Amino acid sequence: MHIIYPAVVSALLFAVGVYGVLARRNAILVLMAVELMLNAVNLNLVAFDVWWRDRLHGGQVLTLFTIVIAAAEVGLGLAIVLLVYRNRKVVDVDRLRELSEDPAPAAGQDAEPAKVTEGAA
Amino acid sequence: MSGQDVVFVLLGAVAIGSGVLVVTTRQIVHAALWLVVSFGALAGGYLVLTAEFVAWVQVLIYVGAVVVLLLFGIMLTRAPIGAAADLDSGNRWAALAVALGTAAVLVTVLVMGFGHAYKPLKAGGGSAEELGASVFRTWVLPFEVLSVLLLAALVGAIVLSRSDIGARKGG
Repeated sequence: MHIIYPAVVSALLFAVGVYGVLARRNAILVLMAVELMLNAVNLNLVAFDVWWRDRLHGGQVLTLFTIVIAAAEVGLGLAIVLLVYRNRKVVDVDRLRELSEDPAPAAGQDAEPAKVTEGAA
Repeated sequence: MSGQDVVFVLLGAVAIGSGVLVVTTRQIVHAALWLVVSFGALAGGYLVLTAEFVAWVQVLIYVGAVVVLLLFGIMLTRAPIGAAADLDSGNRWAALAVALGTAAVLVTVLVMGFGHAYKPLKAGGGSAEELGASVFRTWVLPFEVLSVLLLAALVGAIVLSRSDIGARKGG
């Protein structure tokens, strides 16, 4: 097995994930692109574990750890997205501009005022 | 190219192609389903690389859990089910430039560094027995720390998504 094929596949997958994170505006699609990037890293770890014939299997064990962290990350990320949706009724990341520094009026602010969490229950 | 290389390149092409469809499709549910194809192809790639246990963990957790969680998120935020034109933000071309730059730099560096590296695959290196012995001997402390992290993330997700727990009023 030439090590260059998994390495190039993981690099291209990472680039696809970078494009997704930067170009998408729906927060859930951004999370999907983050998952693609994490998978690219996993593929790299597995490929170089096989390449080095690591006796401790550091690459594959770290891949398992990354998968667990990705599961925790997507769980928390979706909880945050749902909370934002309950409060703002919008999950587009470029319309959530409450914390931005430039005073330009945001598109999301004219839609409706923010509701508090208790009101949505 | 050996047969293993050919199989891996085909699986990698499927993974990258469906990944591109994930980030370009106009239907948000289709993006989640293409993500299944991408993860499945990557699991096949792990199998080719003799990492069997990682491959099945990938199928169980990514295809089984993460994608279902993402689909739940899509449903709960009432995303448009049909084709939607406004899934991309305005900086698509800048994002394309950054992604192409990333790909060019990474592929150049990797080809320069590992262009002719070759090692024959040996079966059994990623079996559950080997990985289990490795996890519970060498890596047992990070494993336990990770279980605490998973518990904390679980508690955090529950606290965030329950609507009847507000900010504490008085105390």
